[in-house]
Amino acid sequence: MSDEIESLIRREYQAGFITNIESETLPPGLNEDVIRIISGKKNEPEWMLEWRLEAYRKWREMDVPQWAHLQHPPVDFDAISYYSSPKSKDDAPKSLDEVDPEILETFEKLGIPLHERAKLAGVAVDAVFDSVSIGTTYKDELAKAGVIFCSISEAVHEHPELIRKYLGSVVPQQDNFYAALNSAVFSDGSFVYIPKNTRCPMELSTYFRINELNTGQFERTLIVADEGSYVSYLEGCTAPMRDENQLHAAVVELVALGDAEIKYSTVQNWYPGDENGKGGIYNFVTKRGVCDGANSKISWTQVETGSAITWKYPSVILRGDNSIGEFYSVALTNGYQQADTGTKMIHMGKNTKSTIVSKGISAGRSQNAYRGLVRISPRAEGARNYTQCDSLLIGDQCGAHTFPYIENKNPDAILEHEATTSKVSDDQLFLCRQRGIDEEKAVSMIVNGFCKEVFKELPMEFAVEAGKLLEVSLEGAVG
Amino acid sequence: MSKTPLLEVKDLVAAVDGKTILNGISLTVYPGEVHAIMGPNGSGKSTLSNVLAGREDYEVVSGSVTFKGNNLFELEPEERAREGIFLAFQYPVEIPGVSNMQFLKASVDAVRKHRGLEELDAPTFMKLAREHCKELKLKPEFLKRGVNEGFSGGEKKRNEILQMALLEPSLALLDETDSGLDIDALQVAAEGVNALRNEERGLIVVTHYQRLLNYIVPDYVHVLADGKIVKSGGRELALELEEKGYSWIQ
Ligand SMILES: Nc1ncnc2c1ncn2[C@@H]1O[C@H](COP(=O)(O)OP(=O)(O)O)[C@@H](O)[C@H]1O
Ligand SMILES: [Mg+2]
Repeated sequence: MSDEIESLIRREYQAGFITNIESETLPPGLNEDVIRIISGKKNEPEWMLEWRLEAYRKWREMDVPQWAHLQHPPVDFDAISYYSSPKSKDDAPKSLDEVDPEILETFEKLGIPLHERAKLAGVAVDAVFDSVSIGTTYKDELAKAGVIFCSISEAVHEHPELIRKYLGSVVPQQDNFYAALNSAVFSDGSFVYIPKNTRCPMELSTYFRINELNTGQFERTLIVADEGSYVSYLEGCTAPMRDENQLHAAVVELVALGDAEIKYSTVQNWYPGDENGKGGIYNFVTKRGVCDGANSKISWTQVETGSAITWKYPSVILRGDNSIGEFYSVALTNGYQQADTGTKMIHMGKNTKSTIVSKGISAGRSQNAYRGLVRISPRAEGARNYTQCDSLLIGDQCGAHTFPYIENKNPDAILEHEATTSKVSDDQLFLCRQRGIDEEKAVSMIVNGFCKEVFKELPMEFAVEAGKLLEVSLEGAVG
Repeated sequence: MSKTPLLEVKDLVAAVDGKTILNGISLTVYPGEVHAIMGPNGSGKSTLSNVLAGREDYEVVSGSVTFKGNNLFELEPEERAREGIFLAFQYPVEIPGVSNMQFLKASVDAVRKHRGLEELDAPTFMKLAREHCKELKLKPEFLKRGVNEGFSGGEKKRNEILQMALLEPSLALLDETDSGLDIDALQVAAEGVNALRNEERGLIVVTHYQRLLNYIVPDYVHVLADGKIVKSGGRELALELEEKGYSWIQ
């Protein structure tokens, strides 16, 4: 029967089309001039350029990290173009009316309509196409609440005091190789500021789309939730099917001040490569939040089904007393995909709490690793962590690995760890089939059941999406 | 009983891992009939049920099985189910996180679709499922729990009957539905089964003990030993077996 499971796992990638638009792409390679050009295109102030150059100089001294459970040919950083934007009159469109209709159509095809008539109800969207933010919906409504939601390029001009204060405050330029690269060349991304005691009136969402060939995407997201505020933010991503590997190295920084809460959800569906492991996105991402004030909370929820390579550890620094960090993750790998993902919970404040629930699903010939660190500092009296780490195997040619690290400097801390590994068993499949349910539907039902604890953390609409995404990602699994 | 047979098994030989387990079984079930299959542990009762349901670990070496006049072996397990073969498992397996309700709905939808019926909307289905739960003395919360997840032995078996009731099969195979049930639970399960008895439906009740047959009264009793039916008779055969033990027929 495992042959059948095997054949069940062929997949179809539905976001794999290419948009034919004229674009302006820098020649491959990186040096200080390239950074000056990127900064110049964005008309950036001097301080921003200096910050980028500083990061670039640090990056040049750094080495590619080798510790992850990942195998891939070295990335040729000189073969990548570091900037691409759809050609338009001016650099960035001033409003959605100026956006190339082909691009609007692209987002519409992906289920993200941007124009007035069909905007997603109750969700404000910032759409990023290759290196440029092409428009943000619901801006006026948000402005009324005092919420700032715009592209980070715009924020550099409009809100320099916030950017200068917080950019790099959670993920410093030299934090790691990919973060340094991002700091040097980041092109666009979203900026969010929620004022004091404000509950953001709608879900905020950024949708990232890579289109151009041989282009890296280096977006930068910064979310600041001021005291007593709340925001829920969702990030989605897709890319065309290309035979070449494409690099994606993003940085996301979250800052939650006292009593603030940030809920950050990701549905990542970058192109994973074909069934022979050709092509796909290399996803090297640094995501980190700081619970800066007392009683603040940051919650990461991720559903990762795409990318050829995933290297990603959304983390929380629990600095404020009584602050809470959460990480809920589903990572599904199929074909020849490889994922090394997990989280870090750094407990510094008193009575800080963290919860980690990781669900890894491996199918095909994929490799799926959980890597997590829980660090309790000597000052973190009363700290608690609960970690649950479950792996599900489909077929017998894939691998699941768990690397939990614990550094506990406070004897009072309470740490709980649970881990399980299970298989989609022939007995389960036979039970479903004996009840008339075909094998494909059965596998997706079993996998969805396995992920239930994580899906319930997603905003409602996206939980449904995520379920469907898993189904698509496992498509063809039934002979 | 002039009708055509529902199920006709002829000289069935089946093996697992190259080891022959069923040694030439012949059995004919007409609509409306209840057949009991009894036999000691390891005699091949579950194997027969699994072969009929289409479990792939079992290799059919020779013989034939027709179901409603068609070659059963040409159908995939899910097709057999949709055509009306139902197997109540001896050891129902857990599917963590998948709610019983969701599972039952997916199953009933698949079967109804095949039979050209419309999908039941969620409230209608919910109501129906609740009614059946009540008959089986299962609390409605039972539907929200993961499929067989943390169920007691008795709950698992009653869950099988619940599924059978919802799927309305034309041929039901009950594999040791009585094992692990106390006498009250046994009666409830048996009532559930009896409620489904009708002119059209065939029933094969597999059991080690004759006790169940006090509640589900069979038309025929077959005794299986070493993969062969060694004796067939009426209801009284079961009683005789009980009295004399399996060594009597061997
Ligand atoms: N999947 C299997 N793999 C190997 N042997 C099996 C398998 N299923 C059944 N058998 C063997 O077949 C024989 C009959 O088993 P079974 O049909 O379960 O008997 P019963 O249900 O009458 O107790 C036993 O010897 C058992 O060990
Ligand atoms: Mg048995």
